Amino acid sequence: MKLDSHKDLEQKAREIRREIIKMLSISGSGHPGGSLSATDLMVALFYHEMNYNPNEPLWPDRDRFVLSKGHCCPALYAILADLGYFPKEKLKTLRKLNSPLQGHPSYTHIPAVEASTGPLGQGLSVGNGIALAGKLDKKDYHVYVMLGDGEMQEGNVWEAMMTSSHYKTDNLTAIVDYNNLQIDGKVSEVKEVMPLKDKFKSFGWEVFEVNGHKMKDIVKVLGKARKKKGKPSVIIAKTIKGKGVSFMENIVDFHGVTPNEEETAKALKELE
Amino acid sequence: MMDAKATREGYGDGLAELGESRPEVVALDADLAKSTKSINFKEKFPERFFEMGISEQDMVATAAGFALSGKIAYASSFACFITGRAYDQVRTSVCYSNVNVKLVGSHAGLMTGEDGATHQALEDISLMRSLPNMKVIVPGDYFEAKIATKKAAEIPGPVYLRMARAKTPIYFNDDYNFTLGKGVVMESGSDVAIIACGAPLQYAIEAAERLKKDKIDAAVVNMPSIKPLDAKLVSKMATQAGAIVTVEDHSIYGGLGSAVSEVMAEEGLAPVERVGTKDVFGESGKGPELYKKYGLDSDGIINAVKIVMGKRK
Ligand SMILES: Cc1ncc(C[n+]2csc(CCOP(=O)(O)OP(=O)(O)O)c2C)c(N)n1
Ligand SMILES: [Mg+2]
Repeated sequence: MKLDSHKDLEQKAREIRREIIKMLSISGSGHPGGSLSATDLMVALFYHEMNYNPNEPLWPDRDRFVLSKGHCCPALYAILADLGYFPKEKLKTLRKLNSPLQGHPSYTHIPAVEASTGPLGQGLSVGNGIALAGKLDKKDYHVYVMLGDGEMQEGNVWEAMMTSSHYKTDNLTAIVDYNNLQIDGKVSEVKEVMPLKDKFKSFGWEVFEVNGHKMKDIVKVLGKARKKKGKPSVIIAKTIKGKGVSFMENIVDFHGVTPNEEETAKALKELE
Repeated sequence: MMDAKATREGYGDGLAELGESRPEVVALDADLAKSTKSINFKEKFPERFFEMGISEQDMVATAAGFALSGKIAYASSFACFITGRAYDQVRTSVCYSNVNVKLVGSHAGLMTGEDGATHQALEDISLMRSLPNMKVIVPGDYFEAKIATKKAAEIPGPVYLRMARAKTPIYFNDDYNFTLGKGVVMESGSDVAIIACGAPLQYAIEAAERLKKDKIDAAVVNMPSIKPLDAKLVSKMATQAGAIVTVEDHSIYGGLGSAVSEVMAEEGLAPVERVGTKDVFGESGKGPELYKKYGLDSDGIINAVKIVMGKRK
C-alpha cells in the first residue's frame, strides 16, 4: 500500500495508534510508550518508503525492517495486519497462549518480522548481516533498523556501528527513536548517550536529524538516507514517548503499563 | 488463602536490610531496578547504588572491579540477560578471578509469562552451574530469597541468585536459617521423593497432597542450593523412597534435574524423572497456563511420579 500525501500518512498513523491501544488494552500486558513514539516513523517506512509484497513475505528483493527495540512490536503487528500479512483478528491474541503474536517479535512465528528481537542491542548487527548479504547477491534492497535511545547503551550497538562503516553498508539506514526515556527514567539521567550526532559522525556515519512526528520531514529524510552512497546512514528522530495519547506522553510509567478500560476509551477518543 | 509474595521482592528487601549492616555492599542494575527490586536499596543508599543503563556486560565487569577493590557487589537484571548477555564477563571477570560478585537474575523461567521466550531464562542455572567457583541458589519463597540474599554476602566469591517475577506462596519466616548446600524436607514420604526449586515448589506440594488419594506417599524437598547440591539429602531421600522426581522452571538439561541425576548416576540408588522444559524455548502466555502446557503443574508432576514409580527396583 503506497500513500504519497502526508495527510494520508498522518491519518494512517492515527489508525495504527488506535490499533496499538486496542491491542494492548485487550492483552493487558505490553509496551505502549515506545510503540507510540515510533509509529510515525514506521508508518512512513511501510506506507511510503519501503518495497515489499504481503503476498510473498519472503520476496527476495524486498526492503527489510528490523525492529531492534523489539518490545515495540505492537506497532509492527498493527502495520503488518493492516497490510494483510495476517488477519486483523489476530491482533486480539497479542501475548496470549499459542498466538503467533509473541510478546517480543519472533521470526519463526511471523517471518515478516525479519528477525527475532527483544533483548536489546542486537538488531543493528543482524541488519548489517542482511545488508552485506544483499551486496554479495547484488540486490538493491535497503535495510532499516529501528533502535531505542536507551538501547544505545548496549555495547553491541557500538560494535555494529563500526561494522557498518567499515563495510560501508550504504544499503542500511539506522533510525534512533530519541524519546529520552527508558525504564528507570530519562536516558540523560540513567546513562547519557548524547551527543549521538557527533558519536555517529566520528564512527563514520552520515547523520540526519528529524522531528519524528512530522510526516513531511520524515518522508523527505528517508528519501535522502536511501540515496546516500559510500557510508551507512542514521536518522536521529526526536520523538515523544507515548505520542498521540495526552496522558501517556512523556510519562515513564507508560513504558510497560497498558491502559485500563477508562484510559482506553479516552485514548481512542483522542485518536479519532 | 496462603500469603504470597515474589522472590524478587525478597531480594529487594534483603538487599536493603543488608546495606545497613554491611557498608561495603554496593548494588548495580541495568535499567530494571523497578523490576528486579534493587530499587529498594537505591532508595536507602543512593550513593552506593550504580545505575548502569542497558549495559549488562559493562555492569557485570564493573561489579568485578568493585569486588577487586574490597566491595561486595550485587548486580541484578533479568535472569536471561545477566547470565546470557554477560556470560563471558561472568566467566572471566567474576568466576576466574573468583571475586565477591553476587549476580541476581529476576524474571526467571516460564513464570515470567507474557514477555515470551526471549525473556524466559530456561538455561541460566545450567550456564551458571558449569562455571568453576560459582554457587547457584534458587529460593523457593519470599523469605528464603530475602535470607539467601543476605547470606550471600558471607559466602566468599561468586554467587548466582535466581528469582521469579510472579507471587508464590510463603512457607518460611524471618527465623528461617538458610544454609548453602542444604535442602529442606517440606513433607516426608516413603514412596517417591519430589525434589523442587523455585516457583514450581507450590505445585510439588500440591501434587504430593493429591497423590495421597491414590495412596502414594510422596516426600517433598525444597532444594534452593543447586550448587553445591545437598547430595547427602538427595541420597537419603533416594534410599528412603526409591524413586525421585525433580521439578524446576528450567530446562531438564543442566539444572536441578541434571544435578540430581548426576548424583544418582554415581550412587545408583534410584531412578529419576525430570520435570522441566524439554529442549524447547518458552512462549507468551500466563505463567500458570504455560506450566500446564509444559507439564510443570501438579498434573505434570503426578504424571512424572507415576512414570518413575514404574521404574523402581
Ligand atoms: C538486553 C536487554 N536488557 C534489558 C531489557 C529490558 N528492557 C526492555 S525495554 C527497555 C528500555 C528501552 O528503552 P529505549 O531503548 O529507550 O526504548 P523506548 O524508549 O523506545 O521504549 C529495557 C531496559 C531488554 N529488553 N534487553
Ligand atoms: Mg527511549
